[in-house]
Amino acid sequence: MQPSEQTPSPTPTQSSGQLAKFGLVVVVAALVTIAGLALLVSIFERKQEAKNPFFRVVELTDETEDPAIWGKNFPIQYDTYKRTVDQVRTRYGGSEALPRTPTAADPRSVVAQSKLEQDPRLKIMWAGYAFALDTREDRGHAYMLDDQTYTGRQARPQPGACLNCHASTYVAHKRAGQGDLLKGFELVNALPFAEARKLVKHPVTCIDCHDPATLALRITRPAFIEGIRHLKAAQGIKDYDVNRMATRQELRSFVCAQCHVEYYFAGERKRLTFPWHKGNKIEDILAYYDEAKFADWTHAETGAPVLKVQHPEFELWSQGIHARSGVACADCHMPYMRVGAYKVSDHHVRSPLLNINKACQTCHRWPERELEARAQLIQDRTYQMRNRALDALMDLINDIKTAKAAGRPEADLAAARSFHRKAQFYVDFIEAENSTGFHAPQEAMRILGEAIDFCRQGQMTLRQSPSPSPTPKQ
Amino acid sequence: MLTGTALGVSALLGIACGVVAYTFVYARGGSYLTDAPAACVNCHIMREQYEAWTRSSHHSVAVCNDCHTPEAILPKYWTKAQNGFWHSFYFTLGRYPDPIQITPRNRRVTQAACRRCHAAIVQAIDSAGAAWEPAYQSDCLACHRDVGHLH
Repeated sequence: MQPSEQTPSPTPTQSSGQLAKFGLVVVVAALVTIAGLALLVSIFERKQEAKNPFFRVVELTDETEDPAIWGKNFPIQYDTYKRTVDQVRTRYGGSEALPRTPTAADPRSVVAQSKLEQDPRLKIMWAGYAFALDTREDRGHAYMLDDQTYTGRQARPQPGACLNCHASTYVAHKRAGQGDLLKGFELVNALPFAEARKLVKHPVTCIDCHDPATLALRITRPAFIEGIRHLKAAQGIKDYDVNRMATRQELRSFVCAQCHVEYYFAGERKRLTFPWHKGNKIEDILAYYDEAKFADWTHAETGAPVLKVQHPEFELWSQGIHARSGVACADCHMPYMRVGAYKVSDHHVRSPLLNINKACQTCHRWPERELEARAQLIQDRTYQMRNRALDALMDLINDIKTAKAAGRPEADLAAARSFHRKAQFYVDFIEAENSTGFHAPQEAMRILGEAIDFCRQGQMTLRQSPSPSPTPKQ
Repeated sequence: MLTGTALGVSALLGIACGVVAYTFVYARGGSYLTDAPAACVNCHIMREQYEAWTRSSHHSVAVCNDCHTPEAILPKYWTKAQNGFWHSFYFTLGRYPDPIQITPRNRRVTQAACRRCHAAIVQAIDSAGAAWEPAYQSDCLACHRDVGHLH
């Protein structure tokens, strides 16, 4: 204030009042400026984060096997991928981290719970086969290689073919075949496990599903390329080339189906084969095995030529409503997540029941508890029916055993054994499948219902009076 | 004649106004007054919805504002102001559910938009009494949630 000489100096009260007003204006202007700047900086930051979807800091080639190198370009995906070490239970699936004392032969200090201890009926179902020695609950992708290398099933000789789905084999196959993937696949399949094991380093990694140049999904497993060609041929589509003809949404299931399927090792060369030549419903698969006269082993108690089913997730899902609606494996098991401005697939592959918000609620706008209860109800019912089917199978096995001990002729046993083969394949199909029926609830119930009926029919054949002559019955 | 103090205060106010004005321009504040769908993806939260809309059955006949704001001018800008404030608020503080979900009020706005454009069909399928009792009105979105954009 510059008071003129004519006016009297302001009284101290006037002056302090004006000072207070002045101060207030300064404070308000300062606050507005601070708020404005803070908002400006926040908007600036958000605009910056949306600018680059990723930073290419290292070159990836078709030989880059180590996921840590890919992780430098894709740290968010890599970070979530590393979390597959988590061991979390759901009601029927998931794994518990059980401590164990490492030995020289098996250095694992943590394993998953044993399914054989939980349900001793499984030992009888698999009597005479390596799965009766050691079968544990499945763990996350991070453990796939160790769990196969050190499983108790290694007590029986295992082929290199196992590694197709227990290791990152793309680069190993290419190297073994000197550039020819298919040739390498054939060579490694036939090697003894221990020798093939030396060719691989990692569990499933980035390169098993992604093209390093474009990051697009692609199929790297020869067995799937052949399997899906047979399946499409059975559906009337000739010469199907999956990497050329599949849509991106199909590939978001197909990359998983490179491993999460039923398979067998064909012939002396142990060629990994998916039995989809007649279709991929259970009866198509069994019909294929029957025609190929294939059996995994002869059952130790009944002498039936039986089959072991392996995690047919893709096959069961194919019969369900989610497949029909075009929902891919990745939609529920690797749902999109938001990290800053990035939208990425969650590479922490796990049960959707552990991530209901992202996995289910994107489409199903119901409360989380409601969705969980619904999924668990389906699983409860499937599990109860699975128990009944296993009981029925135990009864059939016991009856055949008794009949055998009583000296019934082979001809009489043959029909019962054939039902044993069928019933066991059906029960095991749902037992080995990892969704406890959820992937296709009605189909799972149908399969278990038919399994019980096959057991009943098998028992009926033994109730008929013994054959008088040793000529085989039809 | 302005005294020195008044000059100082004016300068302070000017700086404050300038900062706010620049922030408004930098944040493309003006675009929010238009009907352009691109304004809705100024921030990246609704990119999925936007991309889905470009592939949806409605994208040739309706833009975001046709379904998400009322038709009359005052309710329209009142809705824009409300949503604009809360969207900025939650986006700036980073506290919002993911996947994002529509609020009950905004759902009513959209429902009204369905009924406005498809009046002839709606009239034919609504139960008796729907005209005066909203509880009798059919809920378009219960079945047709994905016509505008999936998710």
